[in-house]
Amino acid sequence: MNNDNVIKVTKIQKQFGSKAAVKDVSFDIKKGEIFGLLGPNGAGKTTLIRMMTTLLRQDAGEILLNGYNTLTQSRLTRQQFSVTGQTAAIDQDLTARENLIIFGKLNGLTRADARNRASELLADFDLINSADQTLATFSGGMRRRLDLAISLIGKPSILFLDEPTTGLDPRTRTQMWRAIQKLVAKGSTVLLTTQYLEEADYLADRIALIDHGQMITMGTPSELKKQVGGMQLRIEVTDLQSVPQAQTIVHDALSLPVSTNDQTLTVLIDSTKMQLVAKILNQLHDMKISINNFAIEAPSLDDVFLKMTVGKN
Amino acid sequence: MKLAITKNHIGSNILTMTHRNLLKTLHNPDSLSDVIIEPIIFTLLFGYLFGGVIAGSVHAYLPMLVSGIMVQSILNAASGSGQQLREDINAGVFDRFKTLPISPIAPLAGQLVGDIFRLFLSGVITLITAFLMGWRSTVNLPTLVAALLLAIFIGWSTSWIFALVGLVAKNAELIGSLSMIIILVMTFLSNAFIPTNTLPRFIQTIVKINPVTLTITAIRTILQTGSWGSNATMVLISGGIIILIFMPLTVFVYQRRD
Repeated sequence: MNNDNVIKVTKIQKQFGSKAAVKDVSFDIKKGEIFGLLGPNGAGKTTLIRMMTTLLRQDAGEILLNGYNTLTQSRLTRQQFSVTGQTAAIDQDLTARENLIIFGKLNGLTRADARNRASELLADFDLINSADQTLATFSGGMRRRLDLAISLIGKPSILFLDEPTTGLDPRTRTQMWRAIQKLVAKGSTVLLTTQYLEEADYLADRIALIDHGQMITMGTPSELKKQVGGMQLRIEVTDLQSVPQAQTIVHDALSLPVSTNDQTLTVLIDSTKMQLVAKILNQLHDMKISINNFAIEAPSLDDVFLKMTVGKN
Repeated sequence: MKLAITKNHIGSNILTMTHRNLLKTLHNPDSLSDVIIEPIIFTLLFGYLFGGVIAGSVHAYLPMLVSGIMVQSILNAASGSGQQLREDINAGVFDRFKTLPISPIAPLAGQLVGDIFRLFLSGVITLITAFLMGWRSTVNLPTLVAALLLAIFIGWSTSWIFALVGLVAKNAELIGSLSMIIILVMTFLSNAFIPTNTLPRFIQTIVKINPVTLTITAIRTILQTGSWGSNATMVLISGGIIILIFMPLTVFVYQRRD
């Protein structure tokens, strides 16, 4: 029944001293899915990844990767995935090609196969011109690309990416995104953690929002946005004096609570009230209340994030 | 060849990791400067400063000094393994190795097997420096090589102790300076540089039970008499015991998940 669930995480707990780092987290990830773990700093994202990649032992609960238990079948589990950590974990003293060949051989390739695979990945990740330089000359973006390339040597069915684009410039970030999407197109399953809502929104099929080690909510990006409420109507009047008058008009038309901030009025509305917006504009016009700005906006994941997480501070 | 690789995973994993270590040294030969400079400086300093006082002349002191410096330099070179392991762990490279489906002993053994080159180099540099200062071996080449190999073997076995320290302690620089102090104290409180019969009795007791003394006596006996004494066999057995205890212990600590 759950055959298509590549990753199964059930009721995971982890305690560091007296501090609970992960509390009762469960989720399943299907084959070919990009699953985003989103949360502020210190939410428990990296702890979760470390447990899923056999680096850390959970206190309670079970993690299965392709059916293999991370605690009791660690060797087999390790054949199912690759992981790219927050800091590029590559040898600075070696060249890009040497790094790739060494990890190729550790993944069980013969010397010749490792060489071929290294050349293939160097070309794929646009590193062929710097292939034989040591990493001292590499930019942050090149290191990240090499790091991801190393993770792909064994053609893993599951890929863990812990904040893969933190600290990258927008262009390199887009390159990473494309690389990740290409992978999934070939049938890999990806779990990524990120602090960037934009990234989760763009890449992830489903997102789990975690904070203080707890799962806050889980769903597709649009489902999460719906949880915050439908659309937001925003009107900015020119004259501060007319704010109360405008507030009455909006409130009477929609019968919804209106909040004000300086000259700006905001109301959360859903699609059923959309028709009434025209009426508001007409009435404002009739009462000679001039407006600077008028907008109907969908909530961003930022709104979801801010509304549902408390963060460390 | 292909069959051997698929059959013997541990062997090929260790080989790959050793290759990695040697490649790093090749790209970064500066990292060998400690094992080259240390034996040169110590042989020169001790030879010219204490030769006259202790043995009447530099030339008369060298046969005694060469075995002392050789063991000291090799132990120092061995301590570098712990520091290197800690640096790799702090850089996150070892986390990556840990998530690979490879033998857990491979990343450790690869480091330590590759480091044999450092041990070899420091031993050979000691002999060359002493030779340039006028020391001549009184034994034939195979015997000289046997003495060098025994020193390398005991150095390699202690590198497993340093590896364990590297895994447990968090600060790479602290590991480096602490192990240097320990090795200095251990070699000074041995028969490495001085005849021990003038020492106060309680220091003589410490010197006698110091394993460095046993090692130096064994190597000195080989270099001066050309014969493999019972001391040498004792050193060989001790090295084996150290490996038997510390290799599994180090692998166990490496595999811990917390």
